[in-house]
Amino acid sequence: MSDFSFWIILKNLIWATQWTVYLSLIAFVGGGIVGLILLFLRTSQVKWLEVPTKLYIEFFQGTPLLMQLFLFFFGVALFGIEVSPWMAAGLALTLWTSAFLTEIWRGCVEAIPKGQWEASGSLAMSYIEQMRYVILPQAMRIAIAPTVGFSVQVIKGTALASIIGFVELTKAGTMLNNATFRPFLVYALVALIYFCLCFPLSWFAKRLEGKLNVAR
Amino acid sequence: MSLVSIRDVRKSYGDVEVLKGVSLEVEKGDVVAIIGRSGSGKSTLLRCINGLETYQSGAILADGIEVGGEHANLRELRRHVGMVFQQFNLFPHLTAAENVMLAPTVVNKTPKKEARAIAAEVLAKVGLSEKMDAYPSQLSGGQQQRVAIARSLAMRPKVLLCDEITSALDPELVNEVLRVVEQLAKEGMTLILVTHEMRFARDVGTHLVFMHHGKVHESGAPKAVFAAPQTPELQQFVSGIG
Ligand SMILES: Nc1ncnc2c1ncn2[C@@H]1O[C@H](COP(=O)(O)OP(=O)(O)OP(=O)(O)O)[C@@H](O)[C@H]1O
Ligand SMILES: [Mg+2]
Repeated sequence: MSDFSFWIILKNLIWATQWTVYLSLIAFVGGGIVGLILLFLRTSQVKWLEVPTKLYIEFFQGTPLLMQLFLFFFGVALFGIEVSPWMAAGLALTLWTSAFLTEIWRGCVEAIPKGQWEASGSLAMSYIEQMRYVILPQAMRIAIAPTVGFSVQVIKGTALASIIGFVELTKAGTMLNNATFRPFLVYALVALIYFCLCFPLSWFAKRLEGKLNVAR
Repeated sequence: MSLVSIRDVRKSYGDVEVLKGVSLEVEKGDVVAIIGRSGSGKSTLLRCINGLETYQSGAILADGIEVGGEHANLRELRRHVGMVFQQFNLFPHLTAAENVMLAPTVVNKTPKKEARAIAAEVLAKVGLSEKMDAYPSQLSGGQQQRVAIARSLAMRPKVLLCDEITSALDPELVNEVLRVVEQLAKEGMTLILVTHEMRFARDVGTHLVFMHHGKVHESGAPKAVFAAPQTPELQQFVSGIG
C-alpha cells in the first residue's frame, strides 16, 4: 500500500516537472531576448534610453518575484483582461529574468577594455556594429558562466508560480501532499527533483568559470 | 583649404582646462610631429580630431567636416581619419586579416573577397603577409602595432593619427614600426603623430609642434626648431631628452 503511493507520487511529480522545465525555458529564452534588447539600450550612452531601462531593471530586481507574479495575475485582471496562470507566470518570469540577465551581461560588456570601443569607433563603426562585431563576441566568453549560473535561479524561481495556481513541480507537490498526507516524503522528492535539475547547471557553470580563470 | 584645421580649441575636464586655445593647420601630405611633456594635452588634442573627445569651444574641421558640431557626422569623418593607439587595441578574437577586413566589410560594405584582397595588400605593406591568419596573441608587440596600422590603412584614410605608437614596445621592436610610418610618409600620407622619438620627429616630420600647458608653445620646421629652440621651455625639453 505505502509502496504503491510512493510510485504514484513520484510519477505525478515527474509528470509535473515538465511544466517546471517549460516555464524555465520560456523565462530563460524570453528573458534572454528581452535582456539582450535591454542590454543594447542600457549601454547605448543615450540618456533617454538608459534611464527608463535602469528603472525597469531596478523595479524587477528590487521587488520580490512573488509580488511581480501577483501584479501580473491579479493586476492585469483589473483591466478586464483574463490572464491564465500560464500567461502571468510566463510573462512575469520572463521580465524578471531579463532584468537580471541585462545586469549580468552589462557587467561583462563593461569588462571589455575601453580601447576596444575606441579602436572600433575610430574605424567608423556605429554603436550597434561595435557591439555586434567587437564587444559582444568578447563579452560572451565571460558571460557564459554567470548566465548558466543564473539559470539555476530561474528554475527555482518558477516554484513561486505555484502560488497563482500554475501546476508545476511545487504545486503538484502541494496537491499530492493534500491527497496522501505524507509531507516529508512528498517534499523530499520535490527537493530532489529540483536538485537534479539545478545541480548539473551549477556544476557546469563552476567548471566554465574555472576554465576561463585558467585561460586568463 | 587645409585637410585638418584646428582653430582656437579649448577643452576642460571639469575645472581643469587641458587645451587652452590650440590652433593648427595641417595640409595634405604634411607629417606633423607633436612633442611635449606628459600632461601637456597632446593625446587630448589628437583625440579631439576624430571625435573621441569633445571640446568646449573653437572649431576643428577634418576633410571639411566639422568635428565638434551638434550633429557632427562622426561616422563620415572617421571613415577618412584613421587612428593608431599606443596600446594597439587589436580585436583579440579576430585574426590579423579579420582585424583589417572588419571595418571595410561592416562600414563600407565591401564584399568579403575584395576586403580580403585589401587586407593582403595593407598587411604586405606593413611586412606581415605571412601573418594574415595569426591571432593578436600570437604576434609580438611590434607586429601587433603594424597590424593596427594596416587596419587603419584598409579604410583608405586621408589622414592618420598616431598617439605614441611605439611607447608600449620593447626598444628592439620600435624601429620596425617607425620604418612603416616613415614609408607611409614617403608615399605622401598625411600624418599627425604624437611621439617621444625625437630623431624620428626631426628626420621624418615636415612640421614640429611643441605643446606646453595646453598650448602650441613653439612650432616650425623640425630641423630648424631642434637646432635653435626659441623658447626656454623647449630648450629645456630638448636638452632634458639629451
Ligand atoms: N578623462 C580625463 N579626465 C580628466 N582629466 C584627464 C582625462 N584625460 C586626460 N586628462 C588630463 O588632461 C591633461 C592632458 O592629458 P593628455 O593625455 O592629453 O596629455 P599628454 O600630453 O598626452 O600626456 P602623455 O605624454 O603622458 O601621454 C592631463 O593633465 C591629464 O591628467
Ligand atoms: Mg598621451
